[in-house]
Amino acid sequence: MTDRDETFAKVAALIEPFNKKGAELNEATTFAGDLEWDSLIVMDFVASVEDEFDIMITMNQQAEIENVGQLVNAVEELRNDG
Amino acid sequence: MTDLFSKFDPLIAERQALLDTGVRDPFAIVMEKVHSPTLATIQGRETILLGTYNYMGMTFDPDVIEAGKRALDEYGSGTTGSRVLNGTYQGHTECEEALKEFYGTKYAMVFSTGYQANLGLMSTIAGKEDYIVLDADSHASIYDGCALGNAQIVRFRHNDVEDLDKRLGRLPAEGGRLVVLEGVYSMLGDIAPLKEMVAVAKKHGAMIVVDEAHGMGFFGENGRGVFEEAGVEADIDFVVGTFSKSVGTVGGFIVSNHPKFEVLRLVCRPYVFTASLPPSVVATAATSIRKLMHAGDKRAHLWENSRRLHKGLRDLGFNIATREAESAIIAILLPDQNATVRMWQALIEQGVYVNMARPPATPAGMYLLRCSLCAEHTSEQVSQILDMFATAGRATGCID
Repeated sequence: MTDRDETFAKVAALIEPFNKKGAELNEATTFAGDLEWDSLIVMDFVASVEDEFDIMITMNQQAEIENVGQLVNAVEELRNDG
Repeated sequence: MTDLFSKFDPLIAERQALLDTGVRDPFAIVMEKVHSPTLATIQGRETILLGTYNYMGMTFDPDVIEAGKRALDEYGSGTTGSRVLNGTYQGHTECEEALKEFYGTKYAMVFSTGYQANLGLMSTIAGKEDYIVLDADSHASIYDGCALGNAQIVRFRHNDVEDLDKRLGRLPAEGGRLVVLEGVYSMLGDIAPLKEMVAVAKKHGAMIVVDEAHGMGFFGENGRGVFEEAGVEADIDFVVGTFSKSVGTVGGFIVSNHPKFEVLRLVCRPYVFTASLPPSVVATAATSIRKLMHAGDKRAHLWENSRRLHKGLRDLGFNIATREAESAIIAILLPDQNATVRMWQALIEQGVYVNMARPPATPAGMYLLRCSLCAEHTSEQVSQILDMFATAGRATGCID
């Protein structure tokens, strides 16, 4: 498993408790469309990602992230910055 | 070609479905006559107002009305200009003097609305390299101000001191920091633990703004707001407020002791690129603010009304957002839109007007009936209100 695969697996595990629709998770799964999350779920989920990786994802950055793959990329980048 | 309005189709359909059930539109109330801060005529019926944020009942104060009339006679109906061009009259500076005296600050700046005061401060004070850290339940004007500016935006969980601490701890060392708090959160009527939050913000070297829109007039010894009652005045960098609640007219303001504060008059776009308040409005605001400095009896009666309504509603079996009355807003939680609208309608038919609030204005998808009390509500009116809630609640099955 590469570092990125590991990050993907951790992010997928964090999505699970919020995945009420049982949507299939892959790189292209979108938060608003496929998972049907509203802004409140997004906030709780983002907080759990931030805590897991000890990073900060600003609302400006969140606005650019639409699917799981983009989130995994952002997490990887933020971890390397820190 | 796509109709630009098609994005609103789901909302139009939801609204139509609701109105088709035969209920009145909670967002289309017209006040045909207004008799006092607590009474109006709505659809021909005399109605007790319990959802106007007119906390201190200043809208019909004889001195306030007189000041407005005099200003109309002496200065005309409007300024037709920006504060930085032809729109600053004697009345605007007098209003700022009244604010400085009320808050005990060196500087005060009056905006045309409270919304614009937040829009101006958030969008201007923090640049691209700076961070604004705000409570997730912040008012729309705070979010919109952030969207208008270029700062990096970080949210923390509502009123969660530990979460604020954690988020501030993750910020990079570079860049300025502004923590945005509100004294009273208007949806649920809960207050912020300002003493603890301000201590955390200071520990991390952040500047602090407190919005006291719903706290001005009746918190703290001088009625300055929740921050005064919490004893943290010396640590607050900016207080934002409005004239449209306790002051009883319209307008917004920022007060501060920062030595460079006045430069904001040149750089705040929502201050520069709009017309200033009419002379009558600033005259009524200044008079009202000066009277609010000595309104101890009214404050006491407002708190008595708030506590009594909270307890009365709780005893009737309603689910209220706060355990005790923390402010003059009492928010009743209802299970869904349908129950909320039916209850709202039953109340208006009984003769009491409250606010209905629904997502996205509310936190966590809540449906609320919000009551806001006035210092001019008589004890008898509070009894009448409770009777009407009992009848309406039983008729709609919201209580047993």
